[in-house]
Amino acid sequence: MIHKPHIDWFAISPSLALLAAAGTLLMIAVFVPARPRRAVAACTGFLGFAAAFAFAVLLDVKSAHGATIVHDALYRDRWAALAQVLIAGSGAVAVLISYRERMRDEHVAEYYALLAAAGAGMAFFVQASNLMTLFLGLEWFSIALYVLTAIDIDLIGSLEAGLKYLIVGAVGSATLLFGSALVYGTTGELSFDKIGAAGHGHDSMLVVGLAMIIAGLAFKSSAAPFHMWTPDAYQGAPTPVTAFMASATKIAALVVTYRVLTVGFPQDEHLWRYAIAVIACISLAWGNIGALVQRNVKRILAYSSVSHAGFMLIAVAAASPLGERALMYYLIPYSAMSLGAFAVVAARERELGVPVTLQNLAGFGWERPFLGVSMWVFMLGMLGFPLTGGFIGKFYVFAAAYDHGFWWLIVAGVIATMISAYYYLGIVRAMYFRDAVELQLAPAGGSPPRELLLGVGVLICVGVTAGSFFAVQPLIDVARSAASALPF
Amino acid sequence: MNHWLSTILILLPLGGALVIAVAPLTAYWLGSLAALVSLAEVGFWIKSATNFDFGSTSLQFAQNRSWFSDLHVSYHVGQYAFSLWLVGVTVVVMAACTIYGWWAGRDRARAYFALMLFLTGAIVGVFTAQDLLLFYAFFEAMLIPLYVLIGVWGGADRLRATITFVVYTVIGSLLMLAAIIVYGLQQGTFDLTKMGPSSSTWLFLGFVVAFAIKSPLFPLHGWLPGTYREAPPEVSAVLSGIVSKAGLYGLLRIAIAKFPTVAHDWRYVLLVLASISLVYGSLLAFRAPDFRGVVMYSSLAQSGLIVLGLFAFNDLGFDGAVLQMVNHALISASLFLLAGMVERRTSTGEFALLGGMARNRPVLATVVMTTGIIALAVPLSTSFAGEFLILAGVFQQGWAWAAIGAAGMVLAAMYMLRAISGVLHQEPGPAVSESALDLRLGELAVVLPLVLCLIGLSAWPNLISQRAFGGGHARTAIVQGLGK
Repeated sequence: MIHKPHIDWFAISPSLALLAAAGTLLMIAVFVPARPRRAVAACTGFLGFAAAFAFAVLLDVKSAHGATIVHDALYRDRWAALAQVLIAGSGAVAVLISYRERMRDEHVAEYYALLAAAGAGMAFFVQASNLMTLFLGLEWFSIALYVLTAIDIDLIGSLEAGLKYLIVGAVGSATLLFGSALVYGTTGELSFDKIGAAGHGHDSMLVVGLAMIIAGLAFKSSAAPFHMWTPDAYQGAPTPVTAFMASATKIAALVVTYRVLTVGFPQDEHLWRYAIAVIACISLAWGNIGALVQRNVKRILAYSSVSHAGFMLIAVAAASPLGERALMYYLIPYSAMSLGAFAVVAARERELGVPVTLQNLAGFGWERPFLGVSMWVFMLGMLGFPLTGGFIGKFYVFAAAYDHGFWWLIVAGVIATMISAYYYLGIVRAMYFRDAVELQLAPAGGSPPRELLLGVGVLICVGVTAGSFFAVQPLIDVARSAASALPF
Repeated sequence: MNHWLSTILILLPLGGALVIAVAPLTAYWLGSLAALVSLAEVGFWIKSATNFDFGSTSLQFAQNRSWFSDLHVSYHVGQYAFSLWLVGVTVVVMAACTIYGWWAGRDRARAYFALMLFLTGAIVGVFTAQDLLLFYAFFEAMLIPLYVLIGVWGGADRLRATITFVVYTVIGSLLMLAAIIVYGLQQGTFDLTKMGPSSSTWLFLGFVVAFAIKSPLFPLHGWLPGTYREAPPEVSAVLSGIVSKAGLYGLLRIAIAKFPTVAHDWRYVLLVLASISLVYGSLLAFRAPDFRGVVMYSSLAQSGLIVLGLFAFNDLGFDGAVLQMVNHALISASLFLLAGMVERRTSTGEFALLGGMARNRPVLATVVMTTGIIALAVPLSTSFAGEFLILAGVFQQGWAWAAIGAAGMVLAAMYMLRAISGVLHQEPGPAVSESALDLRLGELAVVLPLVLCLIGLSAWPNLISQRAFGGGHARTAIVQGLGK
């Protein structure tokens, strides 16, 4: 006889809200006539993410004391809840960006259904407290993202990207699964805290398992050398999907990486600290050097997201209360900046009808002052310049590294930032310093479409990017209370 | 009201920039609004100068609010006497340059004026910030408008100039960021008024490199030629007049005040580099083929001279350095603006194509002559007073330094007279047409206040040199007061 565990429905409400939205959207795909379908579907998707956001905020408020629920399968604590808030927020903005994306009418509801399903999977994933739910959540959102990447079936690039992502992602998942099996084989335990308490710290099989789990999660956070899918998938996927992947997937993967390492493997701390530090350095080097030679803006941003994974992994390597705050804080402006940057790319792409390169970005800043200034803010934020939260984020990450004695990670981060100045400012240069007339570019099809929803999305991102510079104290307080759920 | 003055001086131009960015006005009215804001800024500075207690060495007009408490970072602004003077020269020069941009009718006015005002706020922030991270934030924020001002309104080769400029500056400032993080976490606070002195050579060098790039100081001046030549004249004026002073101010406020023993140990290295900057810069200025070239290399020389004063490590040197910072800000801003005005008439700055502009243009000739004469530190001028104090100060470190400084003064006379005669005298050059006008009223209104400030200071250099460090001993005020 199987005991039905007690289920804390409220604790899984963010996932449920998004699942409900996904289900409704599948109904809409069938029952709503083609003409209003786009608007109805987008509305439903947005409402789903908004509801998840609201539930996650409530969950954050009401989960001051962390606990495991549903037979120790999931966590109900602020660390997960804050990540869910960020994921749901990213999803809501992604819906705003998606609204005017060119896609086949017959796919439009499925698109939002998949987006909501991916969001639900991530919300579930960040709550995972054992190896089973970890893998379940990972596959859940990954499969939705594979399809989303390839959804634009009229474009060869999109299909190719989807296939690449699927194959590489499947390798990542398999690695994670194999690692989990080894860890389970060594300790006989599934849930993270019991693995941590089992005391098999230096067992070589456990260490191999740990290494494979780190690698599997690094595929998802697109940290080098596990990032090979990132540039192709980011380039080929429809830009709003890229925006969502770049922010939400990274949030989920990094938050979970941190939790798995600190809760599950405290005895191997010295090992994974250095492993993560090395991955961080490789990501910083590879991401920034890779971005230098790109001309396609989406590829530049993809490599930049690899380098940002490196920065955030510095905070993971320096696991400490300061490192936790640094990671959580960094994610807030980072998700806003990458969503916003891809949104601006999407706007330009719709205007021109071709992929956006540094070349055809010329004059954009003057033609569309609001989007131009916003892109400028995002680039400065990613570069870690003041008046954006990116600056404070980098400052915190470096402070955490120094605090732990990893001063060489500061050196790596500083050098990486120096290199990144070239391509981030290169985008600003492309937008402002050269005229479109000079290059004889004409936007396709007359004056550019005014997109209110995309504009609102970008405005929110600018608000978060700049606002997080001024409102550091409240955000750090939130991050601190989220971090209190963790053992370090 | 008093404790709000520093904050007002920072926020007024930033707010003005924001208003200009969105206000539905025509280019002309945007320019007038910017001019008005920059003049109001000067007004607020005059108000703060009259309320300032020059007899005290303590921080005035201070405001302190926690920004984020776990790392003890705060919004802490305030002014010492020497920062008050630097803020003053900033607002005056920025007002002149903003109004010049208005008069010259820069295109894309909305962006232009918003950036100029933003720049004003950022520079004032650098001179008033009393929290190390806040200082860094303003220091970096200066780069944002400068990058665009050069890249958009600059000359033909502006793209390369901006890249060089940014590469140099970003390298310097990131070294500084690393130093700031380590220093701040070691001290447990980022508040400059609470941080104790440190004896770490690495941290000192991190700061010094950043400031030496900004100043600039040999051998880190590689960004200077491209940037100063390609930038619009009023932006070059701001760069060499004001932004370079941010680097020198940093040397004084942080590198010397917070690392007194290391700075003292390293003084010979800095003195050597400063001497090379002085002599090498002067020689380059003497060989420069164009008006801007002379002014720009003379700023390299002058910043070398000021660093000589700073690292003389005595009262005379410090007093002279502060006076000379103000002098040079006014001189080089006027000269760059004048170079711009000459270029506007002849579309070139090359001496080979210029000459004879004094004929029928008495106002231009008088203003260029007056500024040039003050720039070459003729006795009775304020720059003579500044340079004399510096030489007297550095003489106490060894007579050879003073000899090099004196050689610099001679060289200054050579290159400045060559520039004056290359523009004004000799036969009219091929680029100088008969119809090239004398200075217009608008141009005069921009330069004349700067020149009048210089003449006023020439009459009363003590206004600054005796009031830069609370009237007492400068060295004590810096090492014990600022260094804690």
